[in-house]
Amino acid sequence: MEVLKIATAGSVDDGKSTLIGRLLYDTKSMTDDKLEAIERTSKQKGYDYLDFSLATDGLVAEREQGITIDVAHIYFSTPSKSYIIADTPGHVEYTRNMVTGASTSQASIILIDARKGVIEQTHRHFFINNLLRIKDVIVAINKMDLVDFSEETYNKIKADFEELMKKRDYQDQNITFIPVSALKGDNVVNRSENTPWYKGQTLLEHFEALDQKDIYNTGTPRFPVQYVIRPKTEDFHDFRGFAGKVYGGELSVGDEVVVLPSMTRSKIKDIYFYNKQYKTAPRRSSVTITLEDEVNVSRGDMLVKVGDLPTIDKQLTATVSWMDSADFTPGGKYVLQHGLNKVLAKVDAIEHKIHPDYSGIEENVTSLQMNDIAKVRLRLNKPIFYDRFKDHRTNGSFIIIDSRTNNTAGVGFIE
Amino acid sequence: MSTLAEEIKKPETLNGVERPTANALEHEAIYIIREVAAQFEKPVLLFSGGKDSITLVRLAQKAFWPAKIPFPLMHIDTGHNFPETIEFRDRLVEELGVELIVRNVQDSIDEGKVVEETGKYASRNMLQTTTLLDAIEEFKFDACIGGARRDEEKARAKERIFSVRDDFGQWDEKNQRPELFDMLNGEIEIGQNVRVFPISNWTELDVWSYIQKEQIEIPSIYFAHKRNTFLRDGLIWSAEDDVVFRADDEQVEERMVRFRTVGDMSCTAAVESHADTIDKVVAEIRDSRISERGARIDDKRSEAAMEKRKQQGYF
Repeated sequence: MEVLKIATAGSVDDGKSTLIGRLLYDTKSMTDDKLEAIERTSKQKGYDYLDFSLATDGLVAEREQGITIDVAHIYFSTPSKSYIIADTPGHVEYTRNMVTGASTSQASIILIDARKGVIEQTHRHFFINNLLRIKDVIVAINKMDLVDFSEETYNKIKADFEELMKKRDYQDQNITFIPVSALKGDNVVNRSENTPWYKGQTLLEHFEALDQKDIYNTGTPRFPVQYVIRPKTEDFHDFRGFAGKVYGGELSVGDEVVVLPSMTRSKIKDIYFYNKQYKTAPRRSSVTITLEDEVNVSRGDMLVKVGDLPTIDKQLTATVSWMDSADFTPGGKYVLQHGLNKVLAKVDAIEHKIHPDYSGIEENVTSLQMNDIAKVRLRLNKPIFYDRFKDHRTNGSFIIIDSRTNNTAGVGFIE
Repeated sequence: MSTLAEEIKKPETLNGVERPTANALEHEAIYIIREVAAQFEKPVLLFSGGKDSITLVRLAQKAFWPAKIPFPLMHIDTGHNFPETIEFRDRLVEELGVELIVRNVQDSIDEGKVVEETGKYASRNMLQTTTLLDAIEEFKFDACIGGARRDEEKARAKERIFSVRDDFGQWDEKNQRPELFDMLNGEIEIGQNVRVFPISNWTELDVWSYIQKEQIEIPSIYFAHKRNTFLRDGLIWSAEDDVVFRADDEQVEERMVRFRTVGDMSCTAAVESHADTIDKVVAEIRDSRISERGARIDDKRSEAAMEKRKQQGYF
């Protein structure tokens, strides 16, 4: 995969915007007019350095308050990869933004201020990265210039973080520590002469070296049908193509498949991408599949390989991250969107709230407020075909829609 | 038959420089376009004749092949379009066999709904919003697919893929729906509509590389040509078209230029260029040190120009 999406979280103080600005600047991704605008505004504000946060904090309210309140997307590229940074604020009241940014990312950067070390915010960032099962995590120990590039400080922070790692649920996460100074440019894009004791890669070198297998968990193929293509033209009179995106693994011509929920069996006849045929549809490709037999398939149905069935059930337990200003309460009714399917969901129980900083759980909770994370039990009016989130990021997650406002009110990770 | 995986992983060679293919983005965009067709009753693709909307049309073709694109295209014509763009538009629609709806800003002016700007920086760019909102209401469109990209401008960097607009077409940037994983929530009330941006995650270079790889035809003004121009505020303006205001002391000179965006002529400046083929254009974009919107005067009006326009319903 040549597009790598990286989640970042942090507050202004961590130097996060400076780090992003540094990445843009040192990869020469910042155009002259944007750079000039930054120089102009920095000078107006009386700074003697370039305030790169001006390039990333997009909304007027944010510039006025000097904070980042949403997920911003920043783009840069090298000759070998295109990068998208999903940048979010780091405070506890923005937990939902961090979860959102992380949900579409394959890698993430956790920033630590070398003067402060591992703090409560670090716990939260790590918790969210681990909950969302982001495969590749960089722990960037920043502001090394302010601690004289001390190896001892670096090692102390690394050891503290490794203590934190013992609490993690998702063990297969790759975690890499890098000493950086975003302000001075050490070990971000270019290797630093100030850290001779550090033999590892720079931040960018690390991302450049990542391969598909380093950023995607392997799973079983799932093909939710988005749209049925029936051209009804002379040339394609009997054509019935099932359009959708392949998740988890690949599908090939000749594969024996089961259509859910009807449980009808058939075989993949052809795989099309536009007007060309292919033998195999890899993970994350948007293709059109035809089947050997005339089976009834409509939007929301799912093709899976024979012998590889997901769970089909009307009840589930999940970890939910709540994002809405209206509380989530037992007995409450919502629309649950799982992949392409929408069903009605009733909250059976909130088992317990989980503090997203590894400080434990809270029982006897009567409702969830915005930014809360909790384990809940849901009952659905129709069965869905799901995997556990730990086995399948796409087929193991759902969103909760408040039917009164149509807002996306929460996200769930199925156990 | 080759495997699609090979196709997706294969790096393209552009002028000897290896660039990643835009294909991962292509598959994401196709997924989004299919969601629009499936989730909405009356979608429309907003077509300006520019490279981004031309790219969208190709992606929509791919999404539904061998069937036709299952929604119409709509052009909000400012009346200030480059003639090359209009000719191109009509040819493309004929080839595709899809319906084209055209609504004119001039009609909104004639009906007294908007007032033409005057003076040196007069532009019909802002006026488009009223015509667009009226057309959405007229046809009861519930989803409008557009070619906006997050890398174009800071306010657009926060835009959702499915962006809900209220009855007045307004964007509430502080109250946007979170978008998680691949799940797109298209639930709306009657009267609301959704703006959909399938190429949100593409950069200008991604679009150009795609046009090059797919050999997509684009209007001639994107390529270097000789044009009578004049200079103002350090930008190059076309002197060949009446709609661009030119003061008597602004000297006309023939220059070799091309346009990086093809918006309203009155607010789109040209850049000096000798890139007269797609390969040269891609090379030029890659080396460019000026952002695409650097030549759009509408964004220079203030630091928050785009955000303000979007709140009012601008595309």
